[in-house]
Parts: sequence; C-alpha cells; structure tokens
Amino acid sequence: MSELVGRKQQTDREQPQRTRGGGMKAFSSLSLAMLKGFYRDKLSVGFSVLFPLFFILIFGTVFAGDGGSAPKVVVVGQVQVIDSLPAEAKAALEEAVELVPGTTLDAALEQVRAGDVGGAVEQQGNTVILHFSSADATTAATVQGIFGAFVSQANIVASGSPPTFTLQTEQVEDQSLQPIQFIAPGMIAYGIAVGAVFGAAATLITWREKKLLRRLRLAPVSTATVVSSRVVVSVAIALVQLVLFVGVSTLPFLGLQLSGAAYMAVPLVIAGTLAFLAIGLLVGSVAKTVEGGSGLANLITLPMAFLSGAFIPLESAPAWMSTVAKFLPLTYLVEGLKDVLVRGEGPQAALLPILIMLVFAAVVTFIATRVFRWDAA
Amino acid sequence: MADTIIATNVVKRYRALTAVDDVSLSVGHGEFFGILGPNGAGKTTLLEIIEGLRQADSGDVTVLGERVWPRNPKLLNKIGVQLQASAFFERLTAKEQLETFGALYGTSSQRITEMLEMVGLTDKAGTQAEKLSGGQAQRLSIACALIHDPEIVFLDEPSAALDPQARRNLWDVLRGINERGKTVVLTTHYMDEAESLCDRVAIMDNGNILQLGPPAELVRTLDAPVRISVEAGSLSVELARSIEGVEEVTGDKVSTVIATRRPAPVLAALAEADALEGLQVRGATLEDVFLDLTGREYRA
Repeated sequence: MSELVGRKQQTDREQPQRTRGGGMKAFSSLSLAMLKGFYRDKLSVGFSVLFPLFFILIFGTVFAGDGGSAPKVVVVGQVQVIDSLPAEAKAALEEAVELVPGTTLDAALEQVRAGDVGGAVEQQGNTVILHFSSADATTAATVQGIFGAFVSQANIVASGSPPTFTLQTEQVEDQSLQPIQFIAPGMIAYGIAVGAVFGAAATLITWREKKLLRRLRLAPVSTATVVSSRVVVSVAIALVQLVLFVGVSTLPFLGLQLSGAAYMAVPLVIAGTLAFLAIGLLVGSVAKTVEGGSGLANLITLPMAFLSGAFIPLESAPAWMSTVAKFLPLTYLVEGLKDVLVRGEGPQAALLPILIMLVFAAVVTFIATRVFRWDAA
Repeated sequence: MADTIIATNVVKRYRALTAVDDVSLSVGHGEFFGILGPNGAGKTTLLEIIEGLRQADSGDVTVLGERVWPRNPKLLNKIGVQLQASAFFERLTAKEQLETFGALYGTSSQRITEMLEMVGLTDKAGTQAEKLSGGQAQRLSIACALIHDPEIVFLDEPSAALDPQARRNLWDVLRGINERGKTVVLTTHYMDEAESLCDRVAIMDNGNILQLGPPAELVRTLDAPVRISVEAGSLSVELARSIEGVEEVTGDKVSTVIATRRPAPVLAALAEADALEGLQVRGATLEDVFLDLTGREYRA
C-alpha cells in the first residue's frame, strides 16, 4: 500500500491528543517509578552515593593527618653536621623530620626499603649521604628537599658570611587548606558521573530487555515524556548527591572550606548530568545485555575518572593525559567545581565548563539516537 | 457488523527467514481468538504486527477500522497488550506497577483495586514484581494490559512456563475478560489451551496459517477415529476386533484401546459384553489436527 496515504491519515489523527493534565500525570508517575527503582536498588545507591562518600571520608581523614606526621629519618653513626647544629636550628630540623638514631647502615637501608622510614642519613668526611626509596615519591622528595636546604644552610653558616637572600613562603589559598579541598570536588564529580551514566544505561537496557520500551510505545505517552522524566530524575539525584557530598565534606573533622561562587555548582552539576546521561544513553543503545552495559559503563567511567583529575590532580600528569582530559566532560565538571567551590573563583569561571558539557551532551545524544534500537534482537 | 481486526496478506521477512508468509485473518467483535503453533511458527511476529509494534514488509492491518502502522495514537487507548516478557518497571510493587501504567492512560485509583482483585493479587499488592511467582507475574501483566479497560486485549503466550494449577487460574481470568465483551487475541503453543478457551483458532506453522476455525470444527473435519479404552482383561483382543466398526485394537497390561469412527455401536457392543470397566472415550484433539496438517508430531 502507498506510504503516502498512511502518513496523511496519521497526521489527521493526531489532533485529538490527550489532555495536558494526563501528560503531567504520566510524567510525574514515570518519574516516581524511576526514582523508586533507583533508591530500592542497593547496588546503584552504593556506587553513586556510598562509594564516593566513603572515599571522601577515607582520603579526607587519612590525608588530613598527613601534615602533622614528619617523615622519620634514621641517623646512622655520627653525623657531625647535625650534631654540631645550634639548638635552635636543630629544633627546626626536628620539626620537619623525626630523627631516629640507628646502629648499622645495612639495618637502616632495610628499614628504608621496607618503607618504615623516609630515609637514612650518614656522613663520610664532608659528604652527607641521604638514602631514600623512590617507592614513596612524596616522602622521598620531602626528605631530599629538607636535607638539601639543611646542607646549603650549613654551608652558608660554615662560610661565615650572612645570607644574601632569604625565602619566605606563603600559600595563596586559605591558610587552613586541607587535602579535602582537592578530594571533595573530584569525588563529587565522580559520584555524579557514575550515577548518571549507569542510571541512563541501566534503564534503557533493562527496559528494552523486558520489552517495557515496546510496552510504553503502545501506551498513550510520548517519547519526550519518557525521556524527560528520566532526565529530571537523574538531575534530582545528582543535586542530592551534591548537597550530601558537600555537606559531609564540610563537617569539622573533614574541614572543607567553601570559597567562591559555590552556588554555581548547581548549574555545573546539571550540565554535567546531561553530559553523563548522554554517555549512558549511548552505552544503553550499543549494549545488548545489562552485564555488557555495566561493563561498558565501567570501561568508560573509570578511565575517565583517572584521566580527568577526579582521583588524582592533573597538574603533575604527563602532557598526553592533559590532552585526553580536554575531551572528557568529567574534566570540566571537576575543574568547574574546584574553581567555584575551593579556588575562590567567581560565577564566570563556571560558564565555559557548562557550555562545553552542554555541547558534549548534545553531540553524544545525537550519536546515541542514531544507534538506538527498540528491540534486543 | 464489521470485523474488529482485519489482516490482509501480511508478510514479514527477517533476512532469509520468512516469519509471516502472506497471512490473512479477521477477528470479530467479542471473539476469543487464538493463534496456535509451535515455537518459531511466527505467532509473536504476527501478533506484534497486528498490535502495531512492528511494520509488516507488505500487507495491511486495521484494528477497529484504523491503520495500526505507523503508531496510531487513536488506537492506543482501545487496545491492551501483554508482551511475552514481563514488561514491568524494576523494583516496583504490584500496586505501583498498576498505578504507573494507570497514570499513562489516566485511569482512576479505584480501578487499580479492582484489577488487583480481578487477577487475585490483592494480598500481593505490596510485593515487588521481581518477587512474584511466574503465575502471579503473568496475572499482573494481564492486569497491566487491562488497566485502561481496552476493547481489545492482545496476550502473547500468557500461560508459558506456568504450572498446571496456575494455568487453570489464568484461564478463569481470561474467560472472565472475554465474558465482559472484550475481544481477546492470544498466542499459545498449548493445544489444550486453545481448545478450552478459543472461539476460533488459527493453526500456524512456518509463518503460514494452516487452518482456521472453531476448535471443534477443525477436529470434526479431521474425521479422526475416537479412542475408547477399557481395562485390560475386560474383553479379549479377538472379541474386540470382531465388533463392527472397530478399526484398530491395541493394548497393554493396563488397558485395551479401540479405535473407531463409529463409537455408538461399539459402545453398545461393549455394554452388552459387560466390558465397560474403566471406560474412557477420547476424541481427536487439535494435536491430531496438527499431526494431520503437517505430517509430524506436535511439539510445543
């Protein structure tokens, strides 16, 4: 039969559509169904809420104690440079490193290798030898720095002339800056990404597998209503995550200090959620089974979390990583959140990240609709 | 009065496989219509084309005088569908499933209580769909299909994988629906189900409708022998063979089975010989019809 006739009839018939009230009811009841489906699923709540929260708590408390504990350094035999220090200088050194007397060099080296101590120091003639292990790069660098500075100072003292230059260091951020300032925005962004990607992918795949997608096709509800209720539910979940994670991080024992246009975190999170939903939509369109879908979603979210600086700061990352990061929406959410939550930036700092994430969402959604299928087969 | 469903020359191919091969049928108002056939016969594909879920490669389907493809919003409120899989929202209770589907159609909350009662799930209202038994889940999915009181109900293998008791319960529900004047179309691979429920059945195999008609009529036109079985030892095989009209006598230690196309005189002769101990009379079934049509044993 002629396709043309069919289409014409179709448009004629679409006029007596359902009332607006029915549409709203369908929308709110679909949203409620999805929300219940989310919070009754222990696994998805665990991954998108408890897991990031757990990381904030662990890293926040572990690293918070880091500043107070000075690395231990074993002093092997007599190290005259240290021994001959004036009391004041020795006190300053012992504030930076904890000096432990040691007997033999071999025993001390073993301790360094085992990571029990940050380093071992000995003196042979006029040479101060510092042994360190590169297994713990941070401690190694700290110890080397301290002893480097200490030896130069000792040299200056030995030369008998007063120092020409002095260095005074001051942190640009709040004096009370804690590691939580860097951990919290990354974890918030990660939790939101995981929630949205998995949420959208799981809904799409299970609904297709169970033929619920087809069932909804035969109900008087538009695709737009179904999609928009999923978007609204995901955005609501993301905003709850934001409030919860920021709230927990600002508890006194974690000590997150907000500085900047913190309210801009809301539009940032909304734009980010749209971008991650688009990824979830793509995953859900490509994957055939729930298992395949969650594998694929993990394959995307985990590397994305590392490459985007959600887990580790990008400042010290190799150049290729920074390049890859530029193509990941999570990077912009992490950076945007850091800017407005802890770096004291104004609202305009969030605008570019928001724009980039929205463009990303639009592009990926478009690709997803190209590969979308109603059927599992 | 016009037929409720009219399908004409419907063809659907999947690559080399012709799932539905030039099928035409019509279903009347208030009729209980069955599409019967083994797995892979093309029943589900045909049903989904009639529902408007799939586009036929060629042919025409109208339901209540409306084209079903492309998605026709005018029909959506008038048809109720139950798909082969349990199409439920994840982790919602039985009541919440009905509420959600009901909201899509704008039905009242009163209706939800009624539906739970109708399918006998009132005491399972607060149970999540995933935790329902197979039979309960099937009944819930039928309730979801009926939530908006549609004129036509499509059911795809509603009793698949149910135990006999659950199937009987389901049959009662389905008969009840039909008695309220609804047109019911179902696919099944159970011969006895089609025989027991349907006004008319279409027997399908390899994408073709082999025969279509009321089950009793299909069986009658087959002219298959009636099988009369009595307790072994009630009468000798020789005596049984000597009765007029007997075509074949088989037997084992338990019973003697007599095949005949004229059961009346045979039964009279058996009564005369006082050989009616353990009497059972079994007529031909749709299974015999299928065997006759395809030349092979019916295997669901």
